[in-house]
Amino acid sequence: FGAEFRRFSLERSKPGKFEEFYGLLQHVHKIPNVDVLVGYADIHGDLLPINNDDNYHKAVSTANPLLRIFIQKKEEADYSAFGTDTLIKKKNVLTNVLRPDNHRKKPHIVISMPQDFRPVSSIIDVDILPETHRRVRLYKYGTEKPLGFYIRDGSSVRVTPHGLEKVPGIFISRLVPGGLAQSTGLLAVNDEVLEVNGIEVSGKSLDQVTDMMIANSRNLIITVRPANQRNNVVRNSRTSGSSGQSTDNSLVGYPQQMEPSLEPEDEDSDEDDIVIEDNGVPQQIPKAVPEAESLESLTQVELSFESGQNGFIPSHDVSLAPVASGTNTEFDTRAPDQKLLEEDGTIITL
Amino acid sequence: MMKFRFRRQGADPQREKLKQELFAFHKTVEHGFPNQPSALAFDPELRIMAIGTRSGAVKIYGAPGVEFTGLHRDAATVTQMHFLPGQGRLLTLLDDSSLHLWEIVHHNGCAHLEEALSFQLPSRPGFDGASTPSSLTRITVVLLMAAGNTAALGTEGGSIYFLDVTTLTLLERQTLSPDEVLRSVPDDYRCGKALGPVESLQGHLRDPTKILIGYSRGLLVIWNQAAQCVDHIFLGNQQLESLCWGRNSGTIISSHSDGSYAIWPMDTGGSPTLQPSIATIPYGPFPCKAINKILWRNCESGGHFIIFSGGMPRASYGDRHCVSVLRAETLVTLDFTSRIIDFFTVHSTRPEDEFDDPQALAVLLEEELVVLDLQTPGWPSVPAPYLAPLHSSAITCSAHVANVPAKLWARIVSAGEQQSPQLISSASSWPITGGRNLAQEPSQRGLLLTGHEDGTVRFWDASGVALRPLYKLSTAGLFQTDCEHTDSLGQAAEDDWPPFRKVGCFDPYSDDPRLGVQKVALCKYTAQMVVAGTAGQVLVLELSDVPTEQAVSVASIDLLQDREGFTWKGHERLSPRTGPLPWPAGFQPRVLVQCLPPAAVTAVTLHAEWSLVAFGTSHGFGLFDYQRKSPVLARCTLHPNDSLAMEGPLSRVKSLKKSLRQSFRRIRKSRVSGKKRVANANSKLQEANAQLAEQACPHDVEMTPVQRRIEPRSADDSLSGVVRCLYFADTFLRDAHHGPTMWAGTNSGSVFAYALEVPAAVAGGEKRPERAVEAVLGKEVQLMHRAPVVAIAVLDGRGRPLPEPYEASRDLAQAPDMQGGHAVLIASEEQFKVFTLPKVSAKTKFKLTAHEGCRVRKVALATFASVACEDYAETCLACLTNLGDVHVFSVPGLRPQVQYSCIRKEDISGIASCVFTRHGQGFYLISPSEFERFSLSARNITEPLCSLDISWPRDATRARVQESPKLSQANGNPSIILAPQSRDGSPDPTLKGADTPELPESTLSPMSIDSATSADTTLDTTGDVTVEDVKDFLGSEESERNLRNLTEDEAPTCTILIK
Repeated sequence: FGAEFRRFSLERSKPGKFEEFYGLLQHVHKIPNVDVLVGYADIHGDLLPINNDDNYHKAVSTANPLLRIFIQKKEEADYSAFGTDTLIKKKNVLTNVLRPDNHRKKPHIVISMPQDFRPVSSIIDVDILPETHRRVRLYKYGTEKPLGFYIRDGSSVRVTPHGLEKVPGIFISRLVPGGLAQSTGLLAVNDEVLEVNGIEVSGKSLDQVTDMMIANSRNLIITVRPANQRNNVVRNSRTSGSSGQSTDNSLVGYPQQMEPSLEPEDEDSDEDDIVIEDNGVPQQIPKAVPEAESLESLTQVELSFESGQNGFIPSHDVSLAPVASGTNTEFDTRAPDQKLLEEDGTIITL
Repeated sequence: MMKFRFRRQGADPQREKLKQELFAFHKTVEHGFPNQPSALAFDPELRIMAIGTRSGAVKIYGAPGVEFTGLHRDAATVTQMHFLPGQGRLLTLLDDSSLHLWEIVHHNGCAHLEEALSFQLPSRPGFDGASTPSSLTRITVVLLMAAGNTAALGTEGGSIYFLDVTTLTLLERQTLSPDEVLRSVPDDYRCGKALGPVESLQGHLRDPTKILIGYSRGLLVIWNQAAQCVDHIFLGNQQLESLCWGRNSGTIISSHSDGSYAIWPMDTGGSPTLQPSIATIPYGPFPCKAINKILWRNCESGGHFIIFSGGMPRASYGDRHCVSVLRAETLVTLDFTSRIIDFFTVHSTRPEDEFDDPQALAVLLEEELVVLDLQTPGWPSVPAPYLAPLHSSAITCSAHVANVPAKLWARIVSAGEQQSPQLISSASSWPITGGRNLAQEPSQRGLLLTGHEDGTVRFWDASGVALRPLYKLSTAGLFQTDCEHTDSLGQAAEDDWPPFRKVGCFDPYSDDPRLGVQKVALCKYTAQMVVAGTAGQVLVLELSDVPTEQAVSVASIDLLQDREGFTWKGHERLSPRTGPLPWPAGFQPRVLVQCLPPAAVTAVTLHAEWSLVAFGTSHGFGLFDYQRKSPVLARCTLHPNDSLAMEGPLSRVKSLKKSLRQSFRRIRKSRVSGKKRVANANSKLQEANAQLAEQACPHDVEMTPVQRRIEPRSADDSLSGVVRCLYFADTFLRDAHHGPTMWAGTNSGSVFAYALEVPAAVAGGEKRPERAVEAVLGKEVQLMHRAPVVAIAVLDGRGRPLPEPYEASRDLAQAPDMQGGHAVLIASEEQFKVFTLPKVSAKTKFKLTAHEGCRVRKVALATFASVACEDYAETCLACLTNLGDVHVFSVPGLRPQVQYSCIRKEDISGIASCVFTRHGQGFYLISPSEFERFSLSARNITEPLCSLDISWPRDATRARVQESPKLSQANGNPSIILAPQSRDGSPDPTLKGADTPELPESTLSPMSIDSATSADTTLDTTGDVTVEDVKDFLGSEESERNLRNLTEDEAPTCTILIK
């Protein structure tokens, strides 16, 4: 907010909650309706965020004697400012903070606040699944990035009461470069698809499985048996999933062994060029911009289903395609009371 | 009533029981004309007719409503069929040379067709020399000997075998080899040549010991079976096609491959006859085609009929399908549009009668059955009460109207009668009258409308088993087409010799594909209807009882709404004829609305109360007030990137190529331009998605290792703007006041809801005041999963669908609950959802695709009445998926109730043609010419219930205990047919339902035996048939097409379709 300083006192022994503190800050600065980021300078001069009770308490307890608090408007916040900056760098931070238009000229990868992160994929249910299986959740938003994989028919060898048997199965046949599936590193070619959103795939045709996956594409949970069983340790996914995964789960050895049937895949590889290489797409994670007030698209009711199942999502990803026809703009204003639909939070049982 | 609605499924036994009382799946009857018929037979005693098909099906028809169907285990062509007269038994010959004996047996008072025995001629009979190739024992002809139970089988090798029919065992000692015959033939005729295959075997009506044998080479032999000797020999030299033995033994008529026929006198003594008395080539002198079959029938009034097929001059008319009827000097050449399979005459077959006196000639063609009345001068054709060629022009759409008011029914029937006056005059003369229809008069009238490629809409009586044509509406007369001179051409041809006469109505050639009917909607209370076609024409018609002459007002609506960048590449719109036009009584056009661009209409709906018609194409939808004849609304739904939508449907072959080329070009272009335009990421993404979408289709075509791309639909897929459904409802859209609304759903999951301002009708006045209707966009819903919206319906406060227009105001349906609490049911291809109104918030949903992996093809709300309780009914959502399964869901809870597999998933046209009725039945095309009728309701079933008075010569003790075939679909409840009232002396239906067996296996309810005391008297006891009570009919249906059922069916001997 430019240079504006307030000094106020706080009882150190009873810091209270972050919410109260936040309210207090807003009150003191007379900015009751502005979303702000709160940060403080710790003893090392690092600019650290205050956004929950814990780090607030930490900040209050370490303040010596003065707690220097920085407040930024959320929209203008320079997220990169937070971090273990040295004292020297802090000046840059301050200039950035004080002149918020500065950083726009040099776009660099922005690391946002944790709640502004959007999960892309996660491995879930590690504790209940056999080691040989992996349950991957792909989060698809809007149309920014294709899910980007293909499936095919195949067969796998299973141990059955009658001995080894070849059973038909569905396999991942191709990953589209730059697609969501590839970028997560959790799915690979020749992985056998066992379940789609908790529904077993066995006995279903390729078309059925395709339809099931597409129908669930907003929140696709695929249980696969990875072709490469040695690589069961999760690779560097950017988010660490909803439950901590461990490969040391002492589960009883799963009786099934799978030999991935290797079928010629090579003739497809020349098709790759048809798929778009989206190297021009910026790597930054787009922020969800709530646009509830946009007047021209009031009549548009976007139903965002299923996205509410995970706690990370800060707001709905509302892609408001403007109503194209010019003929009925006059009608648009007639229903100004339309609001965004609340999502129906039915949780799919896995 | 609603107490079961929201219960959890599965665990509740009460609900399970209720489900059994509500739902049951049966395939009941096949309407229309059997696909690819291959054989014909007629039983003159029982007056029933059998048609065999190339797929091995056997269908027996008698009086309207009397139908039996059977299917051979092997899907081999039925080449010949022969009735054992009066016995209700049928011998069929398949092209694998196997013989099968079918019997009509009575179960619980209803007759069914079952296969009893089968027989395969041993390929190497021991006595016939080891060198006989098996092809020589291929059966060419079959004759059922008049005396008792012997059949004579003529073979390729010239041998004749005799068979005991009741057991289908060979009577080995009696086999007649050609050598035996040759012994009686003079040496100069023999001259080392074989006699060739047996071409014809004829028995004599009065002298059952004699058979007439015709060999391919031309030799005719009268063989005395009793004396085992040759009675007489006719030394024909022309290659034989067919034979007929005249009733009074005096004449034999033979037809030959050179197009000639010959009449042989029988009066000479023992010496061989060398020459026929008459030999003539009727269509000579130029070379003619063979006469395949010939019949000789004499008449009491003098003279005789000679009826033969073929024989046309090879060069000039070799491609015609003709049957010639010659009586004295009168020759009529019946010119058919499809190949002749077989024909027979209906005539007296009592041996004591002096004359045949043929009443009718029935000709089975590849695509239809034509019956001519031979007793009426001029030999007019008799309209068939069933076996109608549904496909006389290809069916393009169909619709079902249930509960047609009697008044409208009568008006349609009378309009149909005016259309074809002979319908009434000769309705009684249908000669095939065997059997009795036991089904009750249907409690309500159902109308099936089929739209055809030639612009006609046919009205069918779908109330009962026999699908009867009622009325035919042609819309072609309104438009100018290129093919108007064909009539005059036809007339010119008639003057020529041979005296051709066009017979039959099968006409697969469409004048103009743009005339094709795409959608039909009928208001049964006002007798107004909408017919919408391929070239964007929307026609509002009204039923008039008198012919009129009037001009049709024409309007056009631009659905593109000045969108730029689109040029329509498809067909042009039809040009309507101007000025007053004469219209016959029936549905007469009032208003024509033409959509621009003239793409095929994809959805249409009519609200006669508001005088509004809504229609949609691949470009958008429009609303038209046909009372004021003014457009109300036009809305473009086209996505800017959609290129396919601008292709016409007729350039499909080209368009694939074109779109491939386009997509490659676009990809190339985008690679180049991609580097330059990084800035606008959004537009680039859109473009990329467009390419992905475009490319998805060619991918599937090209890749041999089947591979499917997992990508959600994007907003700009091709054809995303196609309007899939339109719906009118009086409901709450904007606030707490209800009013007229219109709903439209598109291919990309968008739903547009408009609030309509319809000026209220003045009290008492039929017409509303002349004020404009206004439409205001009230809501626009975008389903996030973007699947095509298949259907929209509004449910009232009690969760029931709103009644049709006029239904409530005329007290024909329970008035809807207008107190609020309305909800809209939106069915997409993937999910069903119910949203509250007016605030659109999701209430219930069912994600079918996510659970089952199948996609919705057809949905309908249907009322299912309970078999147990007279007045208990539930409204449910019936849905057909792309896998051919039928699911039923509760409404509005959207809980899955039952699921049946109905159509093979490969049968795409069958799935696409499916129509549900309002009472839980449905139709789908099993071939271009046949509708299969199925029923999901346990109570509302339309199926053949008939009996036949059959008499077997032997004692009925050999009526084996026929195992009742297992019910294909579990619910073994005794069905009450169509009407809630019980039939003859059956217990109260409520009782029956209560006794519905819980176990699916117990198909034969014990009650049927217990109450056998109430023996029915409708069955004649002259025969030795065990009389069973007509009390309880097992509502079981066995479908031969349902392979899964076949495997489950453990009936040991044969595959049976029980009707």
